[in-house]
Amino acid sequence: MMATPLVVSDVAKSFTMHLRDGVRLPVVAGVSFAIRAGECAVLGGPSGAGKSSILKMLYGNYAVDEGQIIVQHGGGLIDLATASPRTVLSVRRHTIGYVSQFLRTVPRVSALDVVAEPLVERGKDREAARKKARALLAQLNLPEKLWALPPATFSGGEQQRVNIARGFITEHPILLLDEPTASLDARNRDVVVELISAKKAAGVALLGIFHDLDVRDAVADRVIDVTAFAAGKIAA
Amino acid sequence: MTDEPLLRVSALSKFYGSRVGCENVTFDLWPGEVLAVVGESGSGKTTLLNCLSTRLLPSSGTASYRMRDGQWRELYRMSEAERRFLMRTDWGFVHQNPADGLRMTVSAGANVGERLMAVGDRHYGRIRATAVDWLSRVEIDEDRIDDEPRAFSGGMRQRLQIARNLVTGPRLVFMDEPTGGLDVSVQARLLDLLRGLVTDLGLAAIVVTHDLAVARLLSQRMMVMKDGRVVESGLTDRVLDDPRAPYTQLLVSSILQV
Repeated sequence: MMATPLVVSDVAKSFTMHLRDGVRLPVVAGVSFAIRAGECAVLGGPSGAGKSSILKMLYGNYAVDEGQIIVQHGGGLIDLATASPRTVLSVRRHTIGYVSQFLRTVPRVSALDVVAEPLVERGKDREAARKKARALLAQLNLPEKLWALPPATFSGGEQQRVNIARGFITEHPILLLDEPTASLDARNRDVVVELISAKKAAGVALLGIFHDLDVRDAVADRVIDVTAFAAGKIAA
Repeated sequence: MTDEPLLRVSALSKFYGSRVGCENVTFDLWPGEVLAVVGESGSGKTTLLNCLSTRLLPSSGTASYRMRDGQWRELYRMSEAERRFLMRTDWGFVHQNPADGLRMTVSAGANVGERLMAVGDRHYGRIRATAVDWLSRVEIDEDRIDDEPRAFSGGMRQRLQIARNLVTGPRLVFMDEPTGGLDVSVQARLLDLLRGLVTDLGLAAIVVTHDLAVARLLSQRMMVMKDGRVVESGLTDRVLDDPRAPYTQLLVSSILQV
């Protein structure tokens, strides 16, 4: 495996608001960095600096205006910035995982199956997937009586733990984390730090946003300052 | 996963006199992929679906389908009989109104069994067993098998229509507003069921809907239509979270928050 599975070069992003007379909102420009296998880099900067937008571009969730996002995928290199939807789906399936801030719940599916689903989708046996899901939910201290229930009615912290378990259950070589600890108590924040350390040890390249300074200090190998990519700065 | 698409559509147009139904639509659909076609009434999405399913013939353009034997066939050059055979076996069509896709005056079991007989199954016991199995997969109690669909609720009818379509193991299913006209709670159950079936069976599907939440839940890819043309297409979450075309931005911003 290549030691640098993700290389971002000169990426720029803006939003054009057609319903507001075509106003153009620049978000970031000149975004360049690389993430090595086994390290956890953290995007730093104040709210609105474009941290989430960068993460979303790396997952193909936001379109990219300019630049390249080179990902080691399927034994070759692909540019996610220009990849077809089908390639992006394949990258998400095999190469890049994403832990979002909020769980998007599906009606009637139990918390256990929400967590197991990414493995089942990748062809793993359902019972084996559930076994791994149980272990993760237990590690994250989610009360066992909740496992069989759909997470729609769970508290914010409980939903987030389901979401984290779902994001960490797979073995993607690249993992993006969008504030996975935002609504967790101290004990569960520590569990997430442990999970991240285990991923690092397994050679996963991680890139995250953490507003919690304790968590950030515990997991970050380095901080990428997003204010350096402020769209206005490049233009000026 | 195979590297060949299942359906290739190129520059498909349908005109009603001088009025545009749909114009210059081009896309590929791969096995196991769910494509949502969204847009408001009159945007051409149903015209497109009807052309693709050969219920309507387009004015110009081509659509090729990869048959089970791997041969590519041009849909609009097939004979009527060949197209009907495809429709009965390898394809499904789920109508918004179940009455359009079901025979309302024969039993639920016969509605499902009929499609099996169309593909040559003649063994009554096996047909009935398969029908029972499919009714349970769409969550209809076995003791309703001899009832006629007109005695069913709207949600049950829609689930029966889905069973009738999927029983022959189609590879491609067309759906026209499959949750339209149903109560919200019934919709949620149906969506969940459809989502599970599509994943388990590896179906490819083209789903026409005006409901962006349905598109997000069911599809991986999306095409947005306006005035008969595709104004934006891409990954479903990309189109919904970062809409680029003015019309898509309008659609997304018009969703009511609950």
